[in-house]
Amino acid sequence: MSYAVDLTTIWAFIIAFAVFVYVVMDGFDLGLGILFPLFPQKADRDVIMNTVAPVWDGNETWLVLGGGGMMAAFPLAYAVLMPALYTPMIAMLLGLVFRGVAFEFRWRTQKARNKWDLAFAGGSLVATLAQGIALGAILQGIHVEGRHYAGGWWDWLTPFSVLTGIALVIGYALLGATWLVMKTEGELRDRAYHLSWMLLVAMLCAIGAVSIATPFLAVQYTQRWFAWPNIILTAPVPIAVAAVTALLLRALSNKNDHQPFFLTLGLFALSYAGLGISMYPYIVPQSITIWQAASPANSQIFMLFGVSILVPLILGYTAWAYWVFRGKVRPGHGYH
Amino acid sequence: MFEGWDAVVLARAQFAFTMSFHIVFPAFSIGLASYLAVLEALWLATKREVYINLFNYWLKIFAVAFGMGVVSGIVMSYQFGTNWSSFADKTGPVIGPMMAYEVLTAFFLEAGFLGVMLFGLERVGPRLHFVATLMVAIGTLISAFWILSANSWMQTPTGHAVNADGQFVAADWLKVIFNPSFPYRLVHMVLAAYLTTSLVVGGVGAWHLLRDQHLAGPRVMFSMAMWMATLVAPIQILAGDQHGLNTLEHQPAKVMAMEGHYQSHKDGAPLILFGWPDQRDAKVKYAIEVPKLSSLILKHSLDAPLAGLDTVPRENWPPVPITFWAFRVMVGLGFLILGLGLFSLLMRWRGMMYQSQLLHRFAVLMGPAGFIAVLAGWITTETGRQPFTVYGLLRTTDSVSPLAAPAVGSSLVAFIIVYFAVFTAGVIYILRLMAQPPHPGEQGPTKDLPARAAGITPAAGAAVGGAR
Repeated sequence: MSYAVDLTTIWAFIIAFAVFVYVVMDGFDLGLGILFPLFPQKADRDVIMNTVAPVWDGNETWLVLGGGGMMAAFPLAYAVLMPALYTPMIAMLLGLVFRGVAFEFRWRTQKARNKWDLAFAGGSLVATLAQGIALGAILQGIHVEGRHYAGGWWDWLTPFSVLTGIALVIGYALLGATWLVMKTEGELRDRAYHLSWMLLVAMLCAIGAVSIATPFLAVQYTQRWFAWPNIILTAPVPIAVAAVTALLLRALSNKNDHQPFFLTLGLFALSYAGLGISMYPYIVPQSITIWQAASPANSQIFMLFGVSILVPLILGYTAWAYWVFRGKVRPGHGYH
Repeated sequence: MFEGWDAVVLARAQFAFTMSFHIVFPAFSIGLASYLAVLEALWLATKREVYINLFNYWLKIFAVAFGMGVVSGIVMSYQFGTNWSSFADKTGPVIGPMMAYEVLTAFFLEAGFLGVMLFGLERVGPRLHFVATLMVAIGTLISAFWILSANSWMQTPTGHAVNADGQFVAADWLKVIFNPSFPYRLVHMVLAAYLTTSLVVGGVGAWHLLRDQHLAGPRVMFSMAMWMATLVAPIQILAGDQHGLNTLEHQPAKVMAMEGHYQSHKDGAPLILFGWPDQRDAKVKYAIEVPKLSSLILKHSLDAPLAGLDTVPRENWPPVPITFWAFRVMVGLGFLILGLGLFSLLMRWRGMMYQSQLLHRFAVLMGPAGFIAVLAGWITTETGRQPFTVYGLLRTTDSVSPLAAPAVGSSLVAFIIVYFAVFTAGVIYILRLMAQPPHPGEQGPTKDLPARAAGITPAAGAAVGGAR
């Protein structure tokens, strides 16, 4: 069954890839919602909304792929994690309902527009917080017996999971701010710069806090990062974080349009890689490995066929959609 | 809260609630996406302004409905894990890949081209825009293909084996995907979506014709919608009959519940038109029945014997009253739709299509009938296959998550509150859009949005700004 082992690793990378693409695409999208209360002017809000209106739907589809793909490739992990993360998952879904409908609803009403703006901001914040908390809850370990989750329905709530929740809110907000730097102009962009500075400082504190706290969760994490010879492989990660941060600071000082957003994505990629280093080969830390959770080989092969043809195609037409709506978004004329 | 409640019942209530809300939107958007593609094609072919006006009019409504379909759909894709984790673990290797293919072949296609369809006409030009519309329409149909295949496998499982961990695994993917009930269910549901949309479009057209029978847009949409209802309703009744015969072969207990046949009949079973199924006493009270007609419909012979639920172990009985009544609602509405189609054909023949207020009133009344019929149909098929999630193999009670009732109950309450608040608002916005007739020079969703600058250079932006 050696080929099945390889397949499972490939699938772990595919699911990790789908989740990362989701974070890349929906991160700034949710970040805009988190920043919404800081832009009370209707004209600004219209512009902010319109920078993502044509693509938000595609962005969230990656979340469906992450969930559906996990059920298909690692059904046991999906079956254990979802009940363990029950409350954050439901909160995330309800948050996404509110923010998703706001894209259309706020244009359909004068009277209740503020209500839908609030739904957009609140929904984005709740969804992000829930995703961050879910991440922390996975990292801190989940109580499994047999093939089932065996903990209570509040096990996810700990100081650590709250920390990762807040960290993700800061991170998405930074992505949102740098996205606005890229997609808007004038006074709106100036404020986005200003916010990016503050959020970058906060994000670095958050990365630091999570990095310091993680090794205390379990001895395996400490060994993974600090034991010899692992440290040769893990040390480049914090070094790269420092390098990207330096570039990001320079890009913000130079008031560059595009670099801050993409460098922030770089920070996310490095944090994500760090997460992968901590977790691998577990999919439910300390209890279920990717091989234990894996679907049989014929399910994995059947899907691999589709993924290898369709994902490049999807990335292609998604890029095309972004290209069609490229450039800065301006406040419009002829409406009030 | 919810201590002492049955967590299985709460989980089922939650799935039924979130699913019922969700199904309404795809049922509408499958049909509407195809209708939009037809309208745009007609506009491209004839350049008649009425078609692009209608396209933009329905596009705004599509945008709102589609958004609600997306967010309620994301909820569904996680319900399997949150509330039905044992089901997810056991069927993930079979159902999971089908849903992954739905995401890869359909959801991305719809979502990827939706932005261009809604906002991109001026940016990409009419031809490429039509391609985008077509992709969205095709995406909705591909989505129906996969999700109905997955559902059908749960109803009539074939092509699988069971591994050492007790999981279903695929032995033959083609047999899994093209399982016995799938072709029937697919045809029945896609036709239902088309009928649902045609009734909404026809209802809206009729509503405006009742005010002014000379409006060009409402005339065209009403006529198109009535052709659709006239042609598709009889086909749908035939397809439904075939689907029923397929169910009789593979899930006889469901048909017994639909028919209210608690007892077996040796020489010709009666068709119970109406009555009150009593599950405890195992009989239909106050039944009004036509002798031997059920045997004629199901077996094509008056005296054919027909087995009843008395041949099925009691613990495998579906809840007959719900299945029985939901089925009658669906069939009743189906024949009313047929009646509307025939009536419109008569009026068309007499040249009274745009004048007959009776026809218009009837059409307005039937506007929401498709939604009710779709819901009733799904309730029939989903309660009729109880008490199993994978028919005959995995019981519903063995499918749930290891969650206590308070967790499931609280989330159910949260879904009910949020869905009623959000989707009521959405339906009001859609009705408001429908209350306005399509105008000459009707704009798509872009009208409300700020102008976008095309390209990176200010000059290109100014050019588009000028073109608006």
